[in-house]
Amino acid sequence: MALLTRTAGALHRRPRLRLALLLTAPLLWLAVLYLGSLAVLFVSAFWTTDSFTSEVVKVWSTDNFHELFTTPVFRQVVLRSVGVALAVTALCALLAFPVAFYTARVAKPSRRPLLVVAILTPLWASYLVKVYAWRLILSEGGLADWLLKPLGLSGPGFGLPATVLTLTYLWLPYMILPIHTALEQLPDNLLDASADLGARAGRTFRSVVLPMVLPSVAAGSVFTFSLSLGDYITVQIVGGKTQLIGNLVYANIELNLPMAAALATVPVVVIVLYLLAMRRTGALSSL
Amino acid sequence: MPLSRSARVALRVAAAVGFAVIYVPLLLVLVNSLSPDRSASWPPPGLTTRWWSAAWHSSGAREALWTSVRAGLGATAIALVLGTLVAFAVARYRFFGRDALSFVVVLPIALPGIVTGIALNSAFSTVLAPLGVGLGLFTVVVGHATFCVVIVFNNVVARLRRTSGSYEEAAADLGADTFRAFVDVTFPLVRSALLAGGLLAFALSFDEIVVTTFTAGPGVQTLPLWIFDNMTRPQQAPVVNVVAAVLVLLSVVPIYVAQRLSADTATASRV
Repeated sequence: MALLTRTAGALHRRPRLRLALLLTAPLLWLAVLYLGSLAVLFVSAFWTTDSFTSEVVKVWSTDNFHELFTTPVFRQVVLRSVGVALAVTALCALLAFPVAFYTARVAKPSRRPLLVVAILTPLWASYLVKVYAWRLILSEGGLADWLLKPLGLSGPGFGLPATVLTLTYLWLPYMILPIHTALEQLPDNLLDASADLGARAGRTFRSVVLPMVLPSVAAGSVFTFSLSLGDYITVQIVGGKTQLIGNLVYANIELNLPMAAALATVPVVVIVLYLLAMRRTGALSSL
Repeated sequence: MPLSRSARVALRVAAAVGFAVIYVPLLLVLVNSLSPDRSASWPPPGLTTRWWSAAWHSSGAREALWTSVRAGLGATAIALVLGTLVAFAVARYRFFGRDALSFVVVLPIALPGIVTGIALNSAFSTVLAPLGVGLGLFTVVVGHATFCVVIVFNNVVARLRRTSGSYEEAAADLGADTFRAFVDVTFPLVRSALLAGGLLAFALSFDEIVVTTFTAGPGVQTLPLWIFDNMTRPQQAPVVNVVAAVLVLLSVVPIYVAQRLSADTATASRV
């Protein structure tokens, strides 16, 4: 007991010691184990693989990146992946806006918290199950075919459109929530002022609402964009033969880890660039 | 903004369609688990609970579920300790690199899962393999804990920021030593945030597939890995349908409990 009291006293007098005790374990885990592994991975992108033995040769070279930029297939896949991520982001923004506008400004205030929960709940449904649901919907004779049959059409089947559709579904709540929050916080007197000055609803929307909500759209887009760019499971399930960056990384891991590492830097670099671009809009401070 | 009547109706309809799009796929999974047919054709030719009892007796699914639970519990335990430590350091102290630390905590979940996955995989195989330790459940727990820390951290740090340190100072003035103040004052203040964070961390670990793919040893199959493996096998389709339906039903639990425990953090912590 005396020892415990003495330790407590010693800790109380030395805030730096307390801080050191707090930080040792997390720093060992996150900084050493995690950042260490990441660093080794990115260094290994500059190594090569012996094509006969598949052994990693630890000699510094930029061959992998050279190959990355000059091989048409790689370029094509990178462009396709960025295109998919941008398309998903645009679709999410388009779909999220009316829903968020309803939940934040049209619905009765007493119902709004429940509506937010309704947006949040699907986020906690299993990722894999949600993708599986779309596999069911888009499969032959599935719900999509059944719905489109009266119109003389059939569903898109598995492929690139299915991938975009499924990713949009997966990340939509990440876009609705920030827009909802921004719209909810929009001061009423600004809207009144705009109306007093003679603006109709459309003009108020363009000149007042949109500029104030745009940073939140940017914040939501950080999620929709980066989550889509790194995904390789969805495209395996509903993408047919479509390949995205993640698939190329996955395909190279066994035989050519340095190449896989070089490929893996691509989404990381693109995401960092995207984050930097979004930071200029002030989006990151509202995250 | 004075919306016209027709604009309000249009928004109402758009929102209804939006919510329908969000929930129809989940409902479809529920209905499909009752379909007697092996294919996913719509509408189902009838309803049966046959596959639910088949799934109950599926040893593969049961084993995978048990593996997922163990991995989730292990990862949550580690994340609770590490996340709480970082949260206290960041919220109660000023030190060099504090912002960098909050950034590093978020990094494992901000980077694509495949990047975290292969980084950990090659680290494990270079560091652990010479020691004679192969990939297994242990490495899955380590991988999951790495990205679960942020969930606990977010919950606890939000709580600590709302409660000032003056409670602890008051306890100290009244004669409580450091441990006493923690047990009697600080811990009760963060208890519900810890519960919410732990629950959400478990849910995240339970659902994870990408990092798991790269950290699981041979023979270690979590539930998502099992679903992914069996999804394309027509033989297993009905059992996969039932497992998927169960997961949809279970997804209500974390959101419900987290909302009750700490309404302020349930939104932020999924990210």
